[in-house]
Amino acid sequence: MKTLRSIVAAVLLLVGCVTPAVARQSADSSQPQPQPQSQSQKTEQQNAFIPIEQLPPQEQLPAARLLIAAYVFVLAALFLYVVSVSRRVGAVRREVQRLEADLKRTGRA
Amino acid sequence: MPKWYTPVAIACGLMFVASPLLIANAPYEATMGLVQKIFYYHMPSAVMFLVAAIVCGIASARYLFGGSPHQDRVAWAAAELAVLFGIITLVTGPLWARKAWGVWWQWDVRLTSSLMGWMVAVAYLLVRRYGGPGSDKLAAGLALFGMANVPFIYISVNYWRTIHPATSVVPTLPVSMGLPLWFCLTAFVLLFVLLLKLRIYLEEERARLDALYLSIEE
Repeated sequence: MKTLRSIVAAVLLLVGCVTPAVARQSADSSQPQPQPQSQSQKTEQQNAFIPIEQLPPQEQLPAARLLIAAYVFVLAALFLYVVSVSRRVGAVRREVQRLEADLKRTGRA
Repeated sequence: MPKWYTPVAIACGLMFVASPLLIANAPYEATMGLVQKIFYYHMPSAVMFLVAAIVCGIASARYLFGGSPHQDRVAWAAAELAVLFGIITLVTGPLWARKAWGVWWQWDVRLTSSLMGWMVAVAYLLVRRYGGPGSDKLAAGLALFGMANVPFIYISVNYWRTIHPATSVVPTLPVSMGLPLWFCLTAFVLLFVLLLKLRIYLEEERARLDALYLSIEE
């Protein structure tokens, strides 16, 4: 019984391994092979090249918007960071001054 | 704050005001056109990101092996700046790449290692904020890994096939493009020094506050 189970497992494993490979091979053979391009076809494709500035507007990416977005982000991030650190410094200094005043008042300074 | 702080802050502010004029007058790059002008802020912020990671790593090493609290404050301040300049680099880069490469992001070695370096800096701050007692030493160890990543980020474009420009681009720039770049880089260096000093000052004031609370409790 144990031997039978081992044989069935081995067959299933073999089928599992072979089937995808066979399927891939048949799919490859059913696909048409690309034909080598003739010189005239290549020239035609090369002549069909459209410079980027001649593309229709809907196919062009707006460079100005990306550029402005980048500079606005940099300046906003730096400004927010400076404001954040300044506020933290201000809060700590006020707290230090308050504590120093308390210590002076109680005569422990 | 030291005497030099205010004049340097004014000079830095004026440089940031003047930089858009220089960038606008710089010539267009032949293949990328207008969007290439992101470079003038992208590259200096990337350099400052790497410098911040190195400063954080060196200060952390000195704190780990010397135990100076000042070095710990320097490391914390530099880690925050690494996060700041890192996020600027990681946002401006994709805005440029969308037009130049046709994609927002590419998992190439320069971009991925930069993202990893930035995440290490974020991890440093999270450990410091939520790590509890002993987090200073743990974060210092993390900063060493962040620093070790820096040479890898820098040389990655020269050793692996990547779509990011190599390090040889900057030295070969014409003067008309190099001048605004070095001007912006100087402005970013001054800003980095000013912010680092301000952030260290904040940590010193916090230490003073803690000392005052301790003296009240005693």
